Amino acid sequence: MALREHIQDIRTEFPILDIMVHGRPLVYLDSAATSQKPKAVLDALDKYYTQYNSNVHRGVHELSQQATTAYENARQTVANFINAEHDHEIIFTRGTTESINLVASSYCRKYVKPGDAILISGMEHHSNIVPWQIACEQTGANLRVIPIDEQGELKLETLDVLLDADVKLVAITMISNTLGTINPVKEIIAKAHHLNIPVLLDAAQAIQHMPVDVQALDVDFLVFSGHKMYGPTGIGVLYGKSKWLDAIPPYQGGGDMIKSVTFARTVYNELPYKFEAGTPDIAGAIGLAAAIEFISQLGLENIAAYEQELIQYAYQELQNIPGLRFIGDSKNRAGAISFLIDDLHPYDVGELLDKMGVAVRPGHHCTQPIMDQFGIPGTVQASFAVYNTKSEIDILIKSLHQAIKMLKN
Amino acid sequence: MTIEDKQQEIIQHFSFFTEWMDKYEEIIRMGRELPPLDTSHHTDEKLIKGCQSKVWLNAEMKDGKLIFEADSDAIITKGLVAMMVSVLSDHTPEDIIKSELYFIEEIGLTHHLSPTRSNGLLAMVKQMKNYAIAFQTLSKIGKI
Repeated sequence: MALREHIQDIRTEFPILDIMVHGRPLVYLDSAATSQKPKAVLDALDKYYTQYNSNVHRGVHELSQQATTAYENARQTVANFINAEHDHEIIFTRGTTESINLVASSYCRKYVKPGDAILISGMEHHSNIVPWQIACEQTGANLRVIPIDEQGELKLETLDVLLDADVKLVAITMISNTLGTINPVKEIIAKAHHLNIPVLLDAAQAIQHMPVDVQALDVDFLVFSGHKMYGPTGIGVLYGKSKWLDAIPPYQGGGDMIKSVTFARTVYNELPYKFEAGTPDIAGAIGLAAAIEFISQLGLENIAAYEQELIQYAYQELQNIPGLRFIGDSKNRAGAISFLIDDLHPYDVGELLDKMGVAVRPGHHCTQPIMDQFGIPGTVQASFAVYNTKSEIDILIKSLHQAIKMLKN
Repeated sequence: MTIEDKQQEIIQHFSFFTEWMDKYEEIIRMGRELPPLDTSHHTDEKLIKGCQSKVWLNAEMKDGKLIFEADSDAIITKGLVAMMVSVLSDHTPEDIIKSELYFIEEIGLTHHLSPTRSNGLLAMVKQMKNYAIAFQTLSKIGKI
């Protein structure tokens, strides 16, 4: 199915796309930060709160059972979506950040000793840097970083030096949120597994743009957020192979994560509940399942093909703007395009585009090490989702010309 | 002119611009016309810690009045910085401390003062007042 032909129908699924910003129709090109939500997701949230809101796993009454069923069905929907072997390998969290913190805390507490190392890359989001720095500080381990080149691609040849028996975990992004680079994660996983080192993949920018199969990847941990894939904010996923999730200690203590509690001793619950202390984001999980169904109905391959058309078009049109340079020039890319125009400050460009109804993102995109490497204060970033159109890209280009004229005049 | 008069003058000046583009072009023009801050002041010490666009601020006392000089790496911010400097510069520390700045809101750029925006402007107002307090204290104890 070529989504291009159905784009108007798709857009009507997103009520927010009809609003006006500063008197102009909204052109939303900030989906890498958060995507808009289709009616199916809004309706699922509304239905939950108006028809069967209740706490899960505890009650015997009808509503509680309905809520529990919907919550556990959502887990199954996620498991099927990423082809996990078991439902209990899906842990609901608050988002990518919490998922990474969970692994950094629980895994490192058990397996990481002074002198060990954690390997990340130079294009990680702060959420895939700082939790490891904290873990290294607590365990006496070192953080190693795979460098990136001028194109914004990983210098993979360094892996042979960086990856040795001291490395206890590799944590790497599938797609860079700033540069748009798609990383060759299969190759990295194979190399790490050769030395029996587990790998965590940050799929926050991948899960909405390409099919992800955790068994085919043979990945040990995979993390993503609901809100970047058309789902609600506040819900995220940690996938972990059973053997790892069983082996590592709980992250937080509280209700639902225990089998029995006495003052002398507590027996932890089994997977997945061991990692879901307290009342979970029930509505969020149900909303996330609705988002996955929305994606599945369109077909992730179809979405990927359509978004590639948009990105290629945007790339080609942006190239014609005098003085524009891309930050991250990988040919293998998805999601976002970062650029700068001569010495114009990204904030100035972003502010004027906003006045024209075009929502882009100026800034460092929570990747300050990338900004330092390129010696820039930030970038202007346009990122795309299934509801964007070529005519919106035309508006972006026209608005950019206008902004440049004002700033350079 | 008092700080109050200067604010009123800016508000009146901007009331002529009905189109957002004209307003922003004027801010950009003001940014360009801001006398350059000597590069020796482009130091971390003079940098107002903002997240995205940088603002440098220098203050000196002359005949009992504070003289501000500033710069920014973003031109829209620089335009606002220019207005801020023109409003508060050349006044006594007492007048600066008790002043209430409202012209940014009045000309419709409130979002520049939002703390979440972290672009240094809010921090700049605070820093200008801090300088005024510091110079006032110094002059009270006879150090200047």
